[in-house]
Amino acid sequence: MRLKQAAKKKIVQVAGFILLRVCLYLVLAVLLLFLYDIGKKGGGAISWEFLSQAPRRGMTEGGIFPAIYGTFLVTLVTAVLAIPLGMFAAIYLNEYAKQTRLTRLIRLSIRNLSGVPSIVYGLFGVILFVNILKLGTSILSAGLTLGLMTLPWTITASEEALKTIPNSYREGALALGATKWQAIRTNVLPYALPGMLTGTVLGLARAAGETAPIMFTGAAFALPILPKSLGDQFMALPYHLYIMATQHHDIARVRPLAYGTALVLIVLVLGMNMAAVILRYRLRRKRR
Amino acid sequence: MLYERFKKWIVAAELAMALVFTPILIGQGKKMIQIKGSDTMINLVQILAEEYMGKNPKATPIAVLGGGSGTGITALINGTTDIANHSRDLSPKETNQMWERGVKPRVFAIAVDGLSIIVNEKNPLNQLTMDQVGAIYRGDVKNWQAVGGPAQPISLYGRQSNSGTYAFLQEHVLKNKNYSPDVKEMNGNAQIIEGVAADAAAIGYAGVGYVVDKATGKPMKGLKILNIAKDAKAQGYSPTDKAAVDSGNYPISRALFQSTNGKPGADAAAFLQFILGPEGQKIVEREGFYPIGAKYIEANTKNLK
Amino acid sequence: MTKQRLRNLKESAAKAFFFTNGILAIVVLLGIFVLLLASAVPAFREIRIKEFLTSAAWDPTSPVKAEYGILSMIASTVLVTVVAVVIAFPIGLGVAAYLSDVAHWRVREIVKPIVEILAGIPSVVVGFLGIVLLGPALAKLFGKTHGLNALNGAILLAVMALPTIISISEDSLNAVPSSYSEASLALGGSRWQTLIRVKIPAALSGIIAAFMLGMGRAIGETMTVLMATGNARAFPHGLLDSVRTMTSNIAIELGEVPYYTTHYYALFAIGLVLFIMTFGVNLVADVVLRKYQEREQ
Repeated sequence: MRLKQAAKKKIVQVAGFILLRVCLYLVLAVLLLFLYDIGKKGGGAISWEFLSQAPRRGMTEGGIFPAIYGTFLVTLVTAVLAIPLGMFAAIYLNEYAKQTRLTRLIRLSIRNLSGVPSIVYGLFGVILFVNILKLGTSILSAGLTLGLMTLPWTITASEEALKTIPNSYREGALALGATKWQAIRTNVLPYALPGMLTGTVLGLARAAGETAPIMFTGAAFALPILPKSLGDQFMALPYHLYIMATQHHDIARVRPLAYGTALVLIVLVLGMNMAAVILRYRLRRKRR
Repeated sequence: MLYERFKKWIVAAELAMALVFTPILIGQGKKMIQIKGSDTMINLVQILAEEYMGKNPKATPIAVLGGGSGTGITALINGTTDIANHSRDLSPKETNQMWERGVKPRVFAIAVDGLSIIVNEKNPLNQLTMDQVGAIYRGDVKNWQAVGGPAQPISLYGRQSNSGTYAFLQEHVLKNKNYSPDVKEMNGNAQIIEGVAADAAAIGYAGVGYVVDKATGKPMKGLKILNIAKDAKAQGYSPTDKAAVDSGNYPISRALFQSTNGKPGADAAAFLQFILGPEGQKIVEREGFYPIGAKYIEANTKNLK
Repeated sequence: MTKQRLRNLKESAAKAFFFTNGILAIVVLLGIFVLLLASAVPAFREIRIKEFLTSAAWDPTSPVKAEYGILSMIASTVLVTVVAVVIAFPIGLGVAAYLSDVAHWRVREIVKPIVEILAGIPSVVVGFLGIVLLGPALAKLFGKTHGLNALNGAILLAVMALPTIISISEDSLNAVPSSYSEASLALGGSRWQTLIRVKIPAALSGIIAAFMLGMGRAIGETMTVLMATGNARAFPHGLLDSVRTMTSNIAIELGEVPYYTTHYYALFAIGLVLFIMTFGVNLVADVVLRKYQEREQ
């Protein structure tokens, strides 16, 4: 009798674990399918010309270099806004703030900001940067909008990095007579900086792949020349892919080019992600 | 000590950024001529711009963006574009808005289009009347059986409200009534064509330059272009029939326009003259549309002055 | 000034500087809300709020009568989100449970970065795959003539919400004190029984938070639904209908609307509704998470 009960428990367990494993395989299969499809169909379009030339004949020939260049520029502006502000806010939260209601409110705001839809950021960018501040549709407007969107990420990532610094570092400096700011400056920041930057790269990777915030604040599909200043419009990889897939005048013909753009975008974003993960892994090993 | 080492890196990074940013910030971007608007016209105008810039390398660069006729006209009203492409007339609301903002539009007709009604090549029908098309797109008729086709619900493809083609069809074929809410509103002409080619029960609309394969002169793969008759008694004509479009026998023909705010500036005027001249009109024909006729030529010349 | 006073001044300056950065998050959040509100309010000079929220007809450019009802859009958003979460939640929980309880640590080390890769795929690429891969597949599967519909969007959103659900659920399961599982095993329960009857209930608050955050992600997604759901304005009647979510509508119409018209303000009003919805979902998740943390202390 007891044996039967034990057997039943075992069968249920095996079945249950198989179910869980199926879930895992499902997720892995979907990811593999996505990457395989884009890799196979996009790989054919990739060539040196594709990566280094500008589009021709209404985007049906030529390459996507201006889009790569534009994405690079706008991500740079995003970084300039989001990284320092994120680090400073994290320093406040981790080093200075006490557990007050205000602090809880700040953390709540950060979590909510990361949940705001990207198109709402786009709306905000249009009102604030394009219209009120009169920056027009430009790299600056789009970069600032993306920067605000990335801010919750950089704050959280920087805070995680600061948390890993043991308190003994801070206490050591304070015991030697340093002020709080001096202690942070000499004993915390230099060690936390690499970790902070690693985390923010992940946020930048996400910003580089976003479309909705830049659609109405500066991204354009077909520009004859590269942007020469931050006040110019620009082409960008995610927006380029969107137009090629939906609004282009000869979708069937440019489908391979769209796949190629998707592949370049994925490689760029995943490359940044991987670089950040490897950096984080290396740092953790060094710390041990 | 560690901090000193990092300090050098930080200063170096700041200097590098300053070096990169200063010329970017200071260097005033070379002014481009902005052209925004109709998706129907974007391919045509992009190619016109490319050929124009090829022949005049010293000319100001031209950026041709899409967004739909409504977007282009809006940009003209908002002052964010030099030329607006639109495949329909300015609406009274838009003319009012222009009045309010002090915008005085000059409209140039640069090509003529036969707005084509397309179905999947598997559809046995060959012709519809204007009324039937209107009823279908209003949602009054929901099944192909009602117009002589197989018993299958009609799958509607269309554009979005920013499209001049959408608005033109609404005014001239739907008689200013609302579209059926079941229309799948695609982002551009090409998506409509892609959808109709894959969907046996589909009906869609697009400019004639999109539905004809320029290499073969036949409809694009998977499509059938319907003949349209003015009413049940009249003869149906195809939008690919140049004479029918010119004479007005094809009932859904329209001009494609470019508008500027006031007299076009020197750069824009030069481009416009290229388009309206023999070279430009040859490109118009090559891209599947029709060149402008005499009455438009006269109005255009007047507006250029 | 004495050296001491200079030091104190620098100290307070530093503290003030960091404080202003700290409250930046609140300022931005409030700023978004206020600007949205300010840009949405003028819409209601012409549109009655009741019509806005309860009418299913959205047709601002109609030559007959301009309609501004967002009920169809709300319904579309809800339909796509709910189905997405119904798909993603069990699968995500399953993967999380597997990683926390069954998998060898080496498997964990491999799978976790893979899930992060899934999270890193840009939404426009996912939408693109919805058009070229999932759409034709769905069309063939259901014998329909095209595959751009609510189901397509829901599946894609599920894929995008999975990493969030997996990682937060896994964290919650891992945070259950080992004494709980040890007690259960000591009393003769199998690992499976321990998982189902002890660990998951103990981690329930975290799991619910994961669920809500995944839902928030789905509600706010723009590009994926814009490309894959067909964008018909009608009120959705089934999963195989083409639908238009609130996010898609803003993205479609923002570029073509003349500034400072009723239509323009109405789009911001939709943005405001979206903002409130995602804020609400995040707030609930936050409260649930906090109750969970307090209980563990």
